[in-house]
Amino acid sequence: MTDTQARDPQPPSTELSQPIAREPRGVAQARSLFDRAILRQAIIEAFKKFDPRVQIKNPVMFVVLIGTVVSLIEAIVHPGLFAWSITAWLFGTVVFANFAEAMAEGRGKAQADTLRKMRAETEARRLDPQGTEERVPASSLTKGDLVVCEAGDLIPSDGDIIEGIASVDESAITGESAPVIRESGGDRSAVTGGTKVLSDRIVVKITAERGNTFIDRMISLVEGASRQKTPNEIALTILLAVLTIVFLPVVVVLEPFGHYAGAGVSVVVLVALLVCLIPTTIGALLSAIGIAGMDRLVQRNVLAMSGRAVEAAGDVQTLLLDKTGTITLGNRMASAFYPVGGHSEEELAAAAQLSSLADETPEGRSIVVLAKERFNIRERDLGPDHTFVPFTAQTRMSGLDVDHRQIRKGAAEAVKRWVAEQGGTPPSELDAIVERVARAGSTPLAVAEGGDVLGVVELKDVVKQGIRERFDAMRQMGIRTVMITGDNPLTAAAIAEEAGVDDYLAEATPEAKMALIRSEQEGGKLVAMTGDGTNDAPALAQADVGVAMNTGTTAAKEAGNMVDLDSNPTKLIDIVEIGKQLLITRGALTTFSISNDVAKYFAIIPALFVTTYPQLHALNIMRLHSPQSAVLSAVIFNALVIIALIPLALRGVRFKAASSSAILRRNVLIYGIGGLITPFIFIKAIDLILVALHWY
Amino acid sequence: MGFFWTIVALVVVLGLSWRYLGSYLAAVFDGRVHFLGPIERGIYRVVGVDPDREQSWQRYAASLVVFSAISIALTYLIFRIQGSLPLNPQHLGAVPPALSFNTASSFVTNTNWQNYAGETTMSYFSQIAALTTQQFVTPAVGIAVAIALVRGFSRHGASTIGNFWVDITRCLLYVLIPIAFCFGIIFVAQGGVQTLAGPVTIHDHLNGVSQTIPRGPIAFMEAIKQLGTNGGGFLNANSAAPFENPTGLTNFLSIYLVLVLPFSLTYTFGKMVNSVRHGAALLAAMVIIFGCWVGYTSYAEHQGNPAVAAAGVHQSTGNTEGKEVRFGDTSSALFGVASTSTSTGSADASYDSFTPIGGMGLMSGMMLGEVTPGGDGSGLYTILVFAIVAVFIGGLMIGRTPEFLGKKIQAREIKLAGLASLVMPLTVLVLTAIAVSLHAGRAGPLNAGPHGFSEILYALTSQGNNNGSAFGGLSGNTAFYNIVGAIDMLVGRFAIIIPALALGGALAQKQPVPASVGTFRTDTPMFVGLTIGVILIIGGLTFFPAVSLGPIVEQLSHHRFF
Repeated sequence: MTDTQARDPQPPSTELSQPIAREPRGVAQARSLFDRAILRQAIIEAFKKFDPRVQIKNPVMFVVLIGTVVSLIEAIVHPGLFAWSITAWLFGTVVFANFAEAMAEGRGKAQADTLRKMRAETEARRLDPQGTEERVPASSLTKGDLVVCEAGDLIPSDGDIIEGIASVDESAITGESAPVIRESGGDRSAVTGGTKVLSDRIVVKITAERGNTFIDRMISLVEGASRQKTPNEIALTILLAVLTIVFLPVVVVLEPFGHYAGAGVSVVVLVALLVCLIPTTIGALLSAIGIAGMDRLVQRNVLAMSGRAVEAAGDVQTLLLDKTGTITLGNRMASAFYPVGGHSEEELAAAAQLSSLADETPEGRSIVVLAKERFNIRERDLGPDHTFVPFTAQTRMSGLDVDHRQIRKGAAEAVKRWVAEQGGTPPSELDAIVERVARAGSTPLAVAEGGDVLGVVELKDVVKQGIRERFDAMRQMGIRTVMITGDNPLTAAAIAEEAGVDDYLAEATPEAKMALIRSEQEGGKLVAMTGDGTNDAPALAQADVGVAMNTGTTAAKEAGNMVDLDSNPTKLIDIVEIGKQLLITRGALTTFSISNDVAKYFAIIPALFVTTYPQLHALNIMRLHSPQSAVLSAVIFNALVIIALIPLALRGVRFKAASSSAILRRNVLIYGIGGLITPFIFIKAIDLILVALHWY
Repeated sequence: MGFFWTIVALVVVLGLSWRYLGSYLAAVFDGRVHFLGPIERGIYRVVGVDPDREQSWQRYAASLVVFSAISIALTYLIFRIQGSLPLNPQHLGAVPPALSFNTASSFVTNTNWQNYAGETTMSYFSQIAALTTQQFVTPAVGIAVAIALVRGFSRHGASTIGNFWVDITRCLLYVLIPIAFCFGIIFVAQGGVQTLAGPVTIHDHLNGVSQTIPRGPIAFMEAIKQLGTNGGGFLNANSAAPFENPTGLTNFLSIYLVLVLPFSLTYTFGKMVNSVRHGAALLAAMVIIFGCWVGYTSYAEHQGNPAVAAAGVHQSTGNTEGKEVRFGDTSSALFGVASTSTSTGSADASYDSFTPIGGMGLMSGMMLGEVTPGGDGSGLYTILVFAIVAVFIGGLMIGRTPEFLGKKIQAREIKLAGLASLVMPLTVLVLTAIAVSLHAGRAGPLNAGPHGFSEILYALTSQGNNNGSAFGGLSGNTAFYNIVGAIDMLVGRFAIIIPALALGGALAQKQPVPASVGTFRTDTPMFVGLTIGVILIIGGLTFFPAVSLGPIVEQLSHHRFF
């Protein structure tokens, strides 16, 4: 990106006016939270999950299951309405927990089914070394095979185009209906299995082994088949296990304590107390929260290769954002001509227009447009004797050789060097103009003919609307934003100032980017970045959260730990927010779950011993009807709260960027204090209902 | 001195000590204090320790365990052969095996639970060489563990957490011995007895009775008894006896000495992690809970005994049963809360005679895990464990994986913190359940019903938390209570120390994450509140059922709570 023609990382169609968040589409077809098909499937799954091998993975719910069995045995031995009601509600608690998880998984499963249809057996046209074609099933392709695809063909597997150019319909994966151009060489050579060639003929070298294609990975990701517990989830599971283990003796010793006091303690009530005390709410919803977090990313068309990456996103302290496409609209537009050395503006415009005729980048086109607007210079037929000089990273120039005229345009330094090589001397005022343009945040593009510099074209960068506010929000959350640009430091500083980023890295090379990531990480910070080119791959791999653009190369996609199907780098900010929301949801429900215990104690402890010690009725501050209704109300509340919180677990708690203390204050208030008070109200309400129904 | 002015004076002297003693402690453990250099180096030479060689947490813990095991063996041995040892003017015989084991475990775990009366059981040699020696050494061990854990926070990418031998040597030489010496002199000056001459027998001609007055090297033991949060007195009556606690000043100094190190160590923590605010946050959590407990218990005692009130007696001076008239209701309550909230367990009144809910104030101070402010060192390392749990839950709620002072709190840390916070309630509850289920256990309490239950629960809570105070009603000197109590004390001490050291080791290895505005602040009132919440919720939820069957039922049976 050291020049206008460096590259255009975005397919023009998707980027310009794209809102930052938008309706889900593509693999993540919009589904309501309680889609009917998913609901039905989840209910079935909820019962299938009773397999003890599944249950044991969740220590909290496993204890509930054991408790249910104990209570069931007790209910059979000493049958009674109370024992059976408790058993039923304990059973319900397990079912609700399973249902929550099944709901979260269901959405992924539905998406996976859509993807599987794409993978349906296709035929591939494999080229053998002699160059003859043979038809083989796509499933027999191995890494390194060459296949031919022509208009109308489905690309059989992931690969890189090594020959040809084609327009490809990738809507099956991205949901974007406009076809994209894929061509050999460069950063847009990657194609994905399951997408459709619309025109032309390409030869693709297969890069993925069977069963490990992009779609295969997507399926296993959305389905959660390869889901592993993330580090924080493991830590939280341990904490919940600790709380469960603590409450086990707390409840069990009540039997001997009661015996000493001369009170018979019912096993069913003890089981009920245990289940109410252990953190069942968070225990039941924990895995659903994790799955739903991944799913929320999928809804935004981002595929996280691991849950670990989503969690890391919440921790990110430094965001490396490519200027182009993320901070600015991506395309710089020519806005003015500044002639030097006595040349007229029109002369400059004409030369600039000539050199840009073959330049298909938006910047090149904008020069042609500006020349036409200002001086009515029209596109010309150049005749046979002309050669276009393409842009390369080494020359940092492009241009045109026609009728012995050599016109070049490019970075000022490069053009000056070229002019000197031609035996000319750049005019003295050039540097001043270049600096002035750069200082204003625009890109100066020098235009020269032979040994003579004609002037400077100003390319203006347009900063995206609303981006400044988002960076302010990031700053509030303690996240540092660093703009990465190939521009010179002056230009970079001006745009950084306008966009409101905290820092910038100008004249960035892949090495400089890598070094920046390393130095941030050495200071203990987590870094997120986006990238699409092959030369971004090492940095993507190094970053803690590396989001590869789907338009990018295979190397980039493999190096990163997330792929954005929309190829919209601004989404990095959304990803961070989703990561944070995931962690907050876990913390909030854990707090809620633990706070709930206080009310349950006040319901159950008096009920347990009130026959022996009538004075304990004083602790029955909710004035629950009878010991039995009190215990049953607590158990019913404990079960129903799981169901009630499923939407919250799936959607995530409301997240608004703010300072950490503001977020904490809000969540402690709602989930801590709220968790303390809510059960008092609802247990009392359930008790009243039980009494009203003459249940007790 | 009125109760109010006692509190004011305490706040002033403790505040000054927090700032200056806390800072001095940090200097001691950072190796910046050298005024006894020759002695210090001499000790290392004799023990064979290279003071510059630091230890991994495993070696640190191994040194500690070996040292403690040898201490138990030596202490046990002294009790068993005290009859043949010098300084035994009363010609006391060997202490029985079960009692010796219980007492050895008790003093080596900084508990000082006493199933014996000192004046009629222990020779002067046992009092000095076994008991007082451990009273010096065990707080040093506790403080060393706390410092090792703090080093886990202050060090980055380190594989060691200090040297156990160096830490306890420095703690003894530069902290415990000098302070105890100075205060020992004050206790002597105030009338505390300090002699190696045996007891005196006085014949009271007026009443025609003979009385034996026990004496001994009491006053200096008194200073370290309180300073070291030990609590084990020379005499059975502990600080209620005038030879141990002769005046109002010594009573005040006793309270001060009990609290000074546990509170000051929070400053040391702040200093060592380069953020005094963090130390202040822990201090605030401790002070708030401590303050509430003092207020609540004093109020309960001042209300008088509900049973006495039910008998129609007006109690203008509060609940005076079992109180020293020199100290009165509220001051005794203050002493009691200071003693039970610090794992000291000394007493200037009979705790068994506190009102049921006053007694609950003492008991619950221990049930919170002895963190408000807790024992020497043990208070700090235990509250850090709770703080880690608070950080974990609170940190999640701001949308970051949790970190404390830049150190990420992950599965390993939570496992260790969980283990450390789980041990005490588990041990206490299970052992109490065993005691109330077995005949041997049920034979112990003096009273029946809820109060008897409270006596058992109190005994095992006290030992499990290494406090050592007792509801005197329980006859503890039985084979059952000696053995069960010893297990309770050993588990309650070492099963928390080892995870705490492991936590130090795990944290020391981590590289810190730099703080930003998005970091969960662990030095704010909010965090203080969260930490208090975790302490109260873990302690409250685990012990609420048990307490409701003891003191709460007992108090409610008088149809009133306050």
